Amino acid sequence: MTAGFRPEGAGGHAAPVRTLVLWCPDWPVIAAEIADGVPATDPVAVLHANRVVACSEQARAEGVRRGLRRREAQGRCPRLTVVDHDPARDARAFEPVVAAVEELVAGVEVVRPGACAVAARGPGRYLGGEEAAAERIVEHVAQACAVESQIGIADGVFAAGLAARSGRVVPPGGTPGFLADLPVEALGRPALADLLRRLGVRTLGGFAALPPGDVLARFGFDGALAHRLAAGRDHRPLAVRQPPADLAVTADQDEPLDRVDAAAFVARALAERLHEHLAAYGLACTRLGIEAVTAHGQELHRVWRHDGLLTAAAIADRVRWQLDGWLSGGRPGRAGARPPRPTAGIIRLRLVPDGVIAQGALQPGLWGEAGEERERAHRALSRVQGVLGPEAVVTAVLGGGRSPADQVRLVPWGDERLPTRPGPPPLPAHADPLSGPDAPPAGPARSRRPGRVAARAADRIDGRAGEPPWPGRLPPPAPAVVLPEPLAATVHDAAGEPVVVSARLAVSAPPAWLAVGTGQPARITGWTGPWPVDERWWAPAEARRRARFQVCLADGSALLLAVEGGRWLVEAVYD
Amino acid sequence: MAGRMVIGSAALAGLVRPASAPDPAGAHRVLPVTPELTGLLPSRGLRRGSTIAVAAGQPRHSGATSLILALLAEASRAGSWCAVAGVPTFGAVAAAELGIALDRLALVPHPGPDWATVVAALIDGVDVVVTAVPAGVSAPVASRLAARARQRGTVLVPYGRWDGADVTLQVTRGAWQGLGTGRGRLRRREVTVSARGRGAAARPREATVWLPGDALTRVVPRPVPGPPAASVTGRSAAGLLRAVPAAPAAEPPPPALTLVGPA
Repeated sequence: MTAGFRPEGAGGHAAPVRTLVLWCPDWPVIAAEIADGVPATDPVAVLHANRVVACSEQARAEGVRRGLRRREAQGRCPRLTVVDHDPARDARAFEPVVAAVEELVAGVEVVRPGACAVAARGPGRYLGGEEAAAERIVEHVAQACAVESQIGIADGVFAAGLAARSGRVVPPGGTPGFLADLPVEALGRPALADLLRRLGVRTLGGFAALPPGDVLARFGFDGALAHRLAAGRDHRPLAVRQPPADLAVTADQDEPLDRVDAAAFVARALAERLHEHLAAYGLACTRLGIEAVTAHGQELHRVWRHDGLLTAAAIADRVRWQLDGWLSGGRPGRAGARPPRPTAGIIRLRLVPDGVIAQGALQPGLWGEAGEERERAHRALSRVQGVLGPEAVVTAVLGGGRSPADQVRLVPWGDERLPTRPGPPPLPAHADPLSGPDAPPAGPARSRRPGRVAARAADRIDGRAGEPPWPGRLPPPAPAVVLPEPLAATVHDAAGEPVVVSARLAVSAPPAWLAVGTGQPARITGWTGPWPVDERWWAPAEARRRARFQVCLADGSALLLAVEGGRWLVEAVYD
Repeated sequence: MAGRMVIGSAALAGLVRPASAPDPAGAHRVLPVTPELTGLLPSRGLRRGSTIAVAAGQPRHSGATSLILALLAEASRAGSWCAVAGVPTFGAVAAAELGIALDRLALVPHPGPDWATVVAALIDGVDVVVTAVPAGVSAPVASRLAARARQRGTVLVPYGRWDGADVTLQVTRGAWQGLGTGRGRLRRREVTVSARGRGAAARPREATVWLPGDALTRVVPRPVPGPPAASVTGRSAAGLLRAVPAAPAAEPPPPALTLVGPA
């Protein structure tokens, strides 16, 4: 009765799957040639964290090895071209190779960029023997992608990967013998290999001969897994790569569409088809690509981003907006040059779901509460977007920045919520430990730059790696009214002279009167500053140098002022 | 055991309702507000369907915006959807500092001439609608919007001149603390808010709150009408007042489901 619960089935240790591994030597270098045009026939090294991770054949001939520092590598080979390691580039460049292999055999698993595995039995039978299959695949890859590759066949992915390095076909059952002579470094675990070497175990055969129980006790689970691999018992089944489903939908028109209402009609039907298609796969799309071809062969393309809840109606709306934009051409009164109106009507419309996610998260809650309100709000806001245009309803996203206006990005409702600048969002007031109920007012008397103090405190709390700290940003509380366009103001001292701030941040006299625009001057009862902000000084066109002041007026209001180039501005109001 | 089972299922029957059923009257009809502001509102929260106006103060920038943010904060944190129409100067950072969930907050900075249409559409969809009242809104339009809010169970918070609101809040005084001459920084503000209205809110009320506070907003008791033990300084007395549970006491704690079990 218990046999059914054994993890490896009733047969005990299942024999490892006969596996074929296709390996492209020096793949990061080849990928750099494909993607960036760095010729791989020259000495090339790919570096990650100042260490060589891959090098070309010629660089190897000059003595460049994996693990060298950049200086050492360049010392050995002065003509060396250095490329940054980019796993995404490697994976992208490998995709055509996988596709080429898939044309011949089914069920390809990508081991890593540069190596992929297939079960050897099928192609071995179909193409007339394992060696013939290997030759055929290598030749096809070379013809289809102009990429050199080698193939190894053995029992299990691990052994086949090692066999591919020498282009060998290990006969069935010969895998343990093949592995036995290889050095322990072949395990790809440098720390373990070093330890084994110091213990006197130099080959995989020697390692495999150790009792499994002792290996587990001494080296832990990873060691035990390595032990299984060394013994040729690689029982991991292949995780087969499923070819991506074609989710795009297309509508061909006999009559070219040149009126918005007719196009909208087509768009609605197409949107419903796309939505059905996605729902059948349990997916929802976050980026929607809209493509149109006109009767004159002009191709139009635009990608719409969305935060995930693209219903059929929402898709149809976006398609309609886009077609409206295309068919009505450059609308007067809009900023920026819009592409001119296409010269003929649209004959083909295609919707491509660009980024898809599993839809489970978007389903309504079991009792109907979770999704219902969201759905209702979305409907209402979409309606307002229909009245005023898609950019009229926005939602605020907090990001990094020094001024209250910089920290906020207004995203049209329904778009992806991404901040303009990276950075920790400003602290919620209740999470600020510096201003607890009984804490003494930290800083104002001691520190001339409270913004910096607050920013540093913020870093301590949510100092997530890789996010800039934005030193000098305004301390909380943030102003409740942020003026989109700062108002011009004049500030005078008690004697009626204009207050100026020197380049060395010396204030000429305490400010006493503030006049906003041409209004009546109001008396300043409290002030603080200057808090200097020197932003983007390295880019002269965008450089801004400002000094900020907080002032309190006699009527109880508080303002955030800034001096820039000798002019006073009201940036925000602490309303 | 059987008796306990009955109790358990009875408790469950009170908690579970079909998705299609309307909200039962009572707790679901009132959106929460921060404890400091409950005293100003007749139902101790934002009653669904009511109109709570915030009058623009008399200097123009007087703390009304912060008051609106404070009104929204607790409801937004509890999961309500909010919309702000006609306020292009909305300080989103300040809103987030007060605890408003920005991903459930829609902004319509410039509703333009379609203001009434936009506000009506928002009333249909979200729980709390804040809108700056443009000049020259006629009384019929205003009352139509208020009626729509009442019918849909939405809280309408007009900002500006609005006749016929259930409650009208106004900031009568505000004083910032923390700023010296050439030193310090703005830390917190003591704001006096007065409320007047119709029906249950006819008696004028007044409360003094920190807006924004240095931690959470907290009540500063007025020396005369406050409890005799309260001291004049806000800080120590704030703790005293906080000890009094400000949450709506009428609602009993939900019965624990762990009643059902091996006896």
